[in-house]
Amino acid sequence: MAAEPAMVRFFLMGKPHDVPRGLTIQKAMEYAGFRQLRGCGCRGGYCGACGTVYRTANDYRLKVGLACQTVVEDQMYLALIPFFPAVKATYRVEDLPPTAETLIGLYPEILRCLGCNTCRKVCPQQLEVMRYIAAAQRGDIAKVADLSFDCLMCGLCASRCPAEIVQYNVAVLARRLYARHIAPSAAHLAARVQEIEQGECEADLDQIVAAGEVEWRKMYAAREIEPEEL
Amino acid sequence: MLYEPHMLESIKRVEATRSERLGQQFSRLTADEKAALLKGYHPDYKAGTMRELAVGPNAGDRVPHELADLLEGRGRIDPDAVDLGHADHDVDILVIGGGGAGTSAAMLAHQRGATVLLTTKLRLGDANTMMAQGGIQAADKPNDSPAIHFLDVMGGGGFQNIPELVRALTHDAPAAMKWLEDLGAMFDKESDGTMVSIHGGGTSRRRMHSARDYSGAEIMRTLRDEFRNQKIRHLEFTSAVELALDSKGQCAGAVLYDMETGEYRLVRAKAVILATGGMGRLHVQQFPCTNHYGATADGLVIAYRAGARMVFMDAVQYHPTGVAYPEQIVGQLVTEKVRGLGAQLVNREGRRFIFDLETRDTVSAAIIRECLERGNGVQTNTGMVGVWLDSPMIEILRGPGTIAKALPAMMRQYQRFDLDMRALPILVYPTQHYQNGGLLIDAHGETGIPNLFAAGEVSGGVHGRNRLMGNSLLDILVFGRRAGVAAAERVSSVTQGDLSLDHVRAYQARLTASGKETGRPSPMLLPNYVRLETIERTAGAARAA
Repeated sequence: MAAEPAMVRFFLMGKPHDVPRGLTIQKAMEYAGFRQLRGCGCRGGYCGACGTVYRTANDYRLKVGLACQTVVEDQMYLALIPFFPAVKATYRVEDLPPTAETLIGLYPEILRCLGCNTCRKVCPQQLEVMRYIAAAQRGDIAKVADLSFDCLMCGLCASRCPAEIVQYNVAVLARRLYARHIAPSAAHLAARVQEIEQGECEADLDQIVAAGEVEWRKMYAAREIEPEEL
Repeated sequence: MLYEPHMLESIKRVEATRSERLGQQFSRLTADEKAALLKGYHPDYKAGTMRELAVGPNAGDRVPHELADLLEGRGRIDPDAVDLGHADHDVDILVIGGGGAGTSAAMLAHQRGATVLLTTKLRLGDANTMMAQGGIQAADKPNDSPAIHFLDVMGGGGFQNIPELVRALTHDAPAAMKWLEDLGAMFDKESDGTMVSIHGGGTSRRRMHSARDYSGAEIMRTLRDEFRNQKIRHLEFTSAVELALDSKGQCAGAVLYDMETGEYRLVRAKAVILATGGMGRLHVQQFPCTNHYGATADGLVIAYRAGARMVFMDAVQYHPTGVAYPEQIVGQLVTEKVRGLGAQLVNREGRRFIFDLETRDTVSAAIIRECLERGNGVQTNTGMVGVWLDSPMIEILRGPGTIAKALPAMMRQYQRFDLDMRALPILVYPTQHYQNGGLLIDAHGETGIPNLFAAGEVSGGVHGRNRLMGNSLLDILVFGRRAGVAAAERVSSVTQGDLSLDHVRAYQARLTASGKETGRPSPMLLPNYVRLETIERTAGAARAA
């Protein structure tokens, strides 16, 4: 088998650039001379700034990826979508009941979902976007929260949705409703906060702050380490 | 993508030792052993990598060359060209930075009735907060206390931390967690609401709370959503290029720069909160880094020119486990949670060489020693070297499905390159991760310049020479909230003089006189990753035109 050529040609918004094989799309753009502003955030797959749509040779299908996590291919034909207009409801999460009515009231367009599953196909995280919108329609907020958890809010789902839903804003609301109203609050946390507010931790803290380096070193060397729970 | 054949050979040796390593205790280092290891192999101790600053509050202190180049660089604006009589925005509080610390500070100040303007260089939430994976510490379990947390933090920092700041950090930690829980941040919990918590490097209690391995992202998404609900004014793609003082020497605003249109805008404010993050993208000692695109030390630079003092700027944190393979994502983070869940570090022969949950400085030094001095690393065909992090151990210890559930981001990061960390170990090497030091603050977040506050990675002292895992998400919340409250309480008593940029002129004059000026545009604003050859060709063409 012949070795693959060292260079590949990709097209950024239609214009060709030749770059070494193996770079991510982000680094390929930089190699080609682009200094990025929009469309570049964490460079590590966490912030959703660099959502990218592309086609490859002889394939009608539209593909997606994060520019920072996708390797550039020969004949890749691409554009970044660093921003997409979206609606976001305004609310006080503490006042909202965690119900279907809340989600539908703030984002009625979720009922327009056609079930086309395009959102799932364009999610660069491969999340079950349509399934969580279905869960939102029936008020299964725990399900929305779970299925949407790894969402980067890049906006690609909303960019392709024929029903004009902004899935990721529905999802962030559902996660907040779940964590605020459905998941039990941590009793040990509330208890500790109360102890601190009542000043019960002050004396211990004052004492250890005042102990000084010689004592800290001794105490540190003698620390009791909580065992692993395994 | 597959591992190269010689890597697969080494993996066989890792698999061969796995059963004997399971459940095997590996002794922790004594204080003396740790000190010797750091001195011998931690990058902070490498000769020729730092220099003494020529001028300013830290004149004579050593900092990495990459930072010194900017601190001794050339300001981006001519002070004479700014009309100080006309402010484009006049507010109580200006927050510079839109990550976890900045949004927290802005919300707390807004809640107390202050008019707040937040400005951020990229999008709201584009910050290292978003990238924090492993978790956040808070002493909220019955067997734990703020005092126990305090001692862990001091030990991790080499006992050099500023005790009052550590006190504030550990004291406020449970309240910060409760705030997030009430805002609807979705932490990992048992069915009865108990927070799931594990060990991190250097912890004496299982105190690491998480939101899968999107801990920072979940916190940032929640804060950003709430920030937007509260309709706090903010400017995106707008950086700060100088602070403004007033005739009384108080901080009184800033000169902003619109990254898209190139316009400058003057903000007058009764208090300024700097939450600009750290310096990861300076690539100290040419290390790869885990940081956000915008982590270019801008806040340090403009505050230093205005007379704020820095501490521990010679202490850089290298995360022990950066990606060493595949090449495309070299330097990206492999969260400490992977070790917290039981994966061990082993060399090319499958042998352990350090207790996995020593503090980060120590583990990094041990990996560097293993690879560079002992020659026990695994070389890749692009010249990287690393050691194995034996991730398949996690599911042997904790059952199938653990990685998908607890480390979805990590699993995805490798799956994108056709590597399955459940089946095969991953190759890691230290990567530049965090600025341990920063602007000196008091327990309310105030710097030495009246009415200038700082919170998060831009500030220093709380972590001493080495931060523990999970104390950075905590730091941004605790000190962001404290700075927001303190600044809001301050504004009613502030009487301002005329705005001034004399400090910029004075600093530049001292720098010029010292002969040390580098000419580098400063602050950096964004790194330039365009291929050097392309940059040179462009510059050549411009000169020829």
